[in-house]
Amino acid sequence: MTQALDVGSAAERYAAAFEAFANNGAGSAPAWLKERRERAMARFADVGFPSGRQEEWRFTDVKPIARVPFTLAPAPEAHGITAEAVQPHLVGGKPGHAAVFVNGHFAPELSSLDRLPAGVTLDSLRGALERQPDLVQEHLGRHAADERSPFTALGTAFTSDGALVHVAQGVQLDEPLQLVFLAVPGEGDSYLWHPRILAVVEDGARATLVENYAGLGEGAYWTNAVTEVVVGEAANFDTYRVQREGNGAYHTATTHSQQGRDSKYSLVTFTFGARLSRHDITAVLDGEGADCTLDGLSLLGTEQHTDHHTTLEHAQPNCTSWEYFNGVFDAKSRGVFTGRIIVRPGAQKTDSKQTNNNLLLTEQARADSQPQLEIYADDVKCTHGATLGPIDEDHLYYIQSRGLTRDDARALLTYGFASEILNAVSLDALKSDLDARVRGWLAGRAGGSVTG
Amino acid sequence: MLEVKNLQAGIEGAEILKGLDLVVKPGEVHAIMGPNGSGKSTFAQVLAGHPGYEVTGGSVTFEGSDLLEMDADERARAGVFLAFQYPVAIRGITNAYFLQSALNARRKEQGLDELDTLDFAEMLERKLEEIGWDDSLIHRAVNDGFSGGEKKKNEILQLAVLEPKLAILDETDSGLDIDAVKDVAAAVEKFRSPERAFVVVTHYERILNYFTPDFVHVLAGGKIVMSGDMQLALELEKKGYDWITEAAAV
Repeated sequence: MTQALDVGSAAERYAAAFEAFANNGAGSAPAWLKERRERAMARFADVGFPSGRQEEWRFTDVKPIARVPFTLAPAPEAHGITAEAVQPHLVGGKPGHAAVFVNGHFAPELSSLDRLPAGVTLDSLRGALERQPDLVQEHLGRHAADERSPFTALGTAFTSDGALVHVAQGVQLDEPLQLVFLAVPGEGDSYLWHPRILAVVEDGARATLVENYAGLGEGAYWTNAVTEVVVGEAANFDTYRVQREGNGAYHTATTHSQQGRDSKYSLVTFTFGARLSRHDITAVLDGEGADCTLDGLSLLGTEQHTDHHTTLEHAQPNCTSWEYFNGVFDAKSRGVFTGRIIVRPGAQKTDSKQTNNNLLLTEQARADSQPQLEIYADDVKCTHGATLGPIDEDHLYYIQSRGLTRDDARALLTYGFASEILNAVSLDALKSDLDARVRGWLAGRAGGSVTG
Repeated sequence: MLEVKNLQAGIEGAEILKGLDLVVKPGEVHAIMGPNGSGKSTFAQVLAGHPGYEVTGGSVTFEGSDLLEMDADERARAGVFLAFQYPVAIRGITNAYFLQSALNARRKEQGLDELDTLDFAEMLERKLEEIGWDDSLIHRAVNDGFSGGEKKKNEILQLAVLEPKLAILDETDSGLDIDAVKDVAAAVEKFRSPERAFVVVTHYERILNYFTPDFVHVLAGGKIVMSGDMQLALELEKKGYDWITEAAAV
């Protein structure tokens, strides 16, 4: 069988799986959702898995995903996950406000949602479809475009569980809302789930969200997540995303944000896990004076591969965006970054800055970086810059000349490189968790460590 | 403390030092002066262990050990310090953290306990008080976005914290206005001691007015061609280098 046939038959497999899904598990869904799913499935059936011949997928080969016969993860009857197992994946090790999922299914017994203040919703998507159907209908599948990526379409088609985050107008929330997606790979089967997250922060509200994806095993599984974010006028929404899937995992994700006038939205994303991951981030600045910050750190080794595909769309005047992605690639790992900035006609006084730096710790590691600027307004400021390469010898020498061994100097420089993104985390407890993780990663490499 | 004999060194095949001799004893301050391209900075970098320079002949002994056999970090831990002419920026690492890591590397070598963050912060505060500088540099990333003057001050702060036996200052005065030169020289003067030696590499004598050397050497064509005391530096200031380099060429 040729590879092309193989991938083609995969699309058919998902079409068959959709039939079964639509007839059984998802039968109780409201008509509008069924319709949106069907439309999305039709889209996926139309385009199938992306191929390396497509510009957007030039550096990321998803055939390994297409080849595995993934099946939708069944609701685990007894998943065996305890609160203790969840704890390391919570900010500062404390429950706070957290919705926990196991293999894509909401796990109320592991979640802590009883202390939510008035005006704040953190609910499973299934629950929200019953309790706040109008809100879900208004936004779900309305922002993240299925045309943008086959994986977004697939996620919409199989929308079943996930989370709704809603912060009512003017509500100021300091404590972070947390979503924890734990993966327990199947014994024989390779499971797949499509977590769907909808976060709506109404006008003038302020909130923080942490999305955490963690694998509790080495086996193959596939997370295909879609997150839609709506930030109202003058609202302020800080979000963090930590991807620590297992070594055998595939992770595809879409994050789409839509911002109103004078709003602030930030996403800091950390990529540590999965053998293959791809994250499509689209941020639309759709109100005058909106501000968006995207930061990312990838820390990969072995033969891990990650691809961040970001689009910042300036649709209105006087908006600012700032994007800063650092990647550290060890062993034979590889990173891809695409930074697209679109300035729509009339989006004058746009101020946008994009930076992508890649540190290659071995000669086998590889990084590809491509900025794409599409500017249709004449009074704008857009800058971009990218670097890639090994640690600079002059830097190593300078640090060595202060008494640190060459290995420790390398570790220190790598840590500094990672710290640029760690410093973007304003939640202290999360920052210290991530800092420990970065130090642990450095210590796990051969030679060199940072202390203190 | 430091014995340099017939040192020959270069970079990428070009010979720059052509038989340099120098003996430095504890407590002494030696100024190495010379025109551009005479090999001053090469000498400083060879002493510190820059891997880009190749030593092709001669020897350098530091406290009885063969310095040329040691890597840059081993030299630093043995007590050699170079204040760089062009310090590099280390993004993401604060000065305080960097200094603590460097000091602890040295202390470990000396068999001393490493200082924890609190003890180190106290020590750093004392050092700053001693020099009379504020703490504005220490919480910023190392040299990142520093002005030329701030970078030079930062090198001296490192010197103060690491307390080397032999401190080499490479053009520490270059690019500084006269007030900054005074400020930096006054700080260095505080760390002059009978146990510590200095090698001050400079093009101009002005820093030496505030940090008076015991010996002044003129480097030209990769060799020391004349030695004297502060009077020689003053004479160079008046007459320039030509009369010496011309005499040496004869």
